[in-house]
Amino acid sequence: MSSAAAKPSSGRKATLPLMFAGSASDISRPPTAGEMVSDRLFRRTTMIFAWVSVLLVFFIVFSIARVATPAIRNYGSAFLTTTVWDANRQRFGILPAIVGTMYSSVLGLMIATVFGLAIALFLSEGFLCSALDLVMARLGLDQHPFWGTIPNRVEDVLKLTVELLAAIPSVVYGLWGIFVIIPLIRPICDWFHSHLGWIPFFGTPLSGPGLLPAALVLAIMVLPTISAISRDALAAVPPKMREAAFGIGATRWEAILAIFIPTAATGIFGAIILGFGRALGETMALAMLAGNANVISWSLFSPANTLAALLANKFPEADTIEVGALMYAALILLGITLLVNVVGTLILQRADASLQGLR
Amino acid sequence: MAGAHINQPVAEIDIEELRFSLRRPRSLFSYGMSLLTGAATVAALLPLLSVLYLLAKKGLQGISLATFTELPPAAMAPGGGVGNAIVGTVVIVFLATLISVPIGILAAIFITEFGPETRVASAVRFAAKVLTGLPSILAGVFAFAVVVAVTGGFSAPAGAIALALLMLPTILLTAEEAIKRVPPRMREAAVGMGATPTQVVSQVVVPTALSGILTGVMLAVARAAGETAPLLFTSLFSNFWISRTSPQFLPKTLSDLMKPTASLAVIIYNFSGSPFENQIALAWSAALILVLIVLVVNVGGQIVASRSSNP
Repeated sequence: MSSAAAKPSSGRKATLPLMFAGSASDISRPPTAGEMVSDRLFRRTTMIFAWVSVLLVFFIVFSIARVATPAIRNYGSAFLTTTVWDANRQRFGILPAIVGTMYSSVLGLMIATVFGLAIALFLSEGFLCSALDLVMARLGLDQHPFWGTIPNRVEDVLKLTVELLAAIPSVVYGLWGIFVIIPLIRPICDWFHSHLGWIPFFGTPLSGPGLLPAALVLAIMVLPTISAISRDALAAVPPKMREAAFGIGATRWEAILAIFIPTAATGIFGAIILGFGRALGETMALAMLAGNANVISWSLFSPANTLAALLANKFPEADTIEVGALMYAALILLGITLLVNVVGTLILQRADASLQGLR
Repeated sequence: MAGAHINQPVAEIDIEELRFSLRRPRSLFSYGMSLLTGAATVAALLPLLSVLYLLAKKGLQGISLATFTELPPAAMAPGGGVGNAIVGTVVIVFLATLISVPIGILAAIFITEFGPETRVASAVRFAAKVLTGLPSILAGVFAFAVVVAVTGGFSAPAGAIALALLMLPTILLTAEEAIKRVPPRMREAAVGMGATPTQVVSQVVVPTALSGILTGVMLAVARAAGETAPLLFTSLFSNFWISRTSPQFLPKTLSDLMKPTASLAVIIYNFSGSPFENQIALAWSAALILVLIVLVVNVGGQIVASRSSNP
């Protein structure tokens, strides 16, 4: 309190000469005409920039749609339902890319949800802290000024590490996927194909890049989104519900499964939807690992294509007509991701509102 | 006396039934699930450790002074470096910061100080949320449509506009949060002394919220530096330095900027599919440099944030 009040008189002296220098009568005065004009100008400017950021969204949609218009007129809805992409014969269809986008995103999302939820629970329910506290108590160090703080610090480091997961650029994960994940899972995938090849999921061998390695890397990239938002949702469960659950003798997991997760369910669902939105638009992992083949297949090991990967691969060398078709594909991707993100945001808002009554 | 009250109902339950023991299925289930969750958390962090380990091993192996000062090697050639890509990344991200910071901060000032309840303000917040969810490749598509298609060529500013679009929501939303945290009494004190709203903002609010705003800018820069997808078909790639005249790493004319520009992210992508050992080794070195840049800026932003958390 007092430090903030004292701040202007010492720290702000340099920036507020008018207000803090000179005699008492100089301390305050009405603004001059020049100051009034510049004030109005500055306010107008900020308002213009606020409008700029709003109009930007419309401008993005408009400028992509403008370039896509000829292609939309030419190919119509057949664009969405045909499977050939051949620039030389000017035949464009994105059904395999749409299917591949959905398939890889759902797959990656399933893996990411399991692990993301585990991380969220692990960090919000203090498993690690309580376990380490027990160890420290056994060693008689739990009250020690240094060793006693270790459990909290380990948990902080863990939180930071999960955040670092999101900071690594996607192209680096792609590089890692090519040289680590693909060689690692290849023997496993070959075994599944040769022994269980009659199941459609294992119907083709893994010949390098494919859907499964792409989905695995995709899962790593979506994981921080899911774990961060569902951790917030779990942390928002009112303390009195926690205490009540433990008070009637629930074990930790009875409380989690019967009270915490159902209470935070809407928030966790919102997290999964927003994660889905991220997975749909993720480009590099898929462009590097999915194999860019216009194939529709149930097999997890088959090469595939996604809308984002299609854009990344075809754009640099496209001629005018192909650019039009690519813009059409970009518009479809924009529509899908906008829809998913708006739904996710609305769900999170509802989750927040529904918890209001419980607090 | 109080003890008697509490003891009465408890006596009816078998207290042993509530004691933690692995022989009871309830406790065993709980214990097992806790272990499983812990194992899943550790498993989820293994990729990160693996990435960092490989970056340190493969990246450091190939790194030398030449990595920073030389141009990318041709297909079969030995040696070479990613000097022009480092310069390119810095130039593109700098231009993107120059575009996104004024828009983001001024818009944040408007929606917090001048018109917090207006319809424009809620539209800005909604727009920022929509932009947060915009796939990075679509930012590239947009820049292609409005810059590359109009100027007729791939260029650094095209990439910068794509990156600026991705930085804007982070800068705007963090600046909004930082400005909101400035205590109202500081504003009131300034107004009471006859300061115009502009003076309040420029001399009290912004200086107080500066470290919070800076955090947002640094996090946005860290994210933008690692983005690849929006650069693939906006600034493309170049095997040459950014300028023909010495010093070659400094862009001196507009035409230096208006041509394809190299970047670390794109060289990693290009060389990752290369059949040549030397280029793959360089991709790892470039990845190490990129991750170091991103992590330093990111952690720097978080340090600034931790200092600003109690104004």
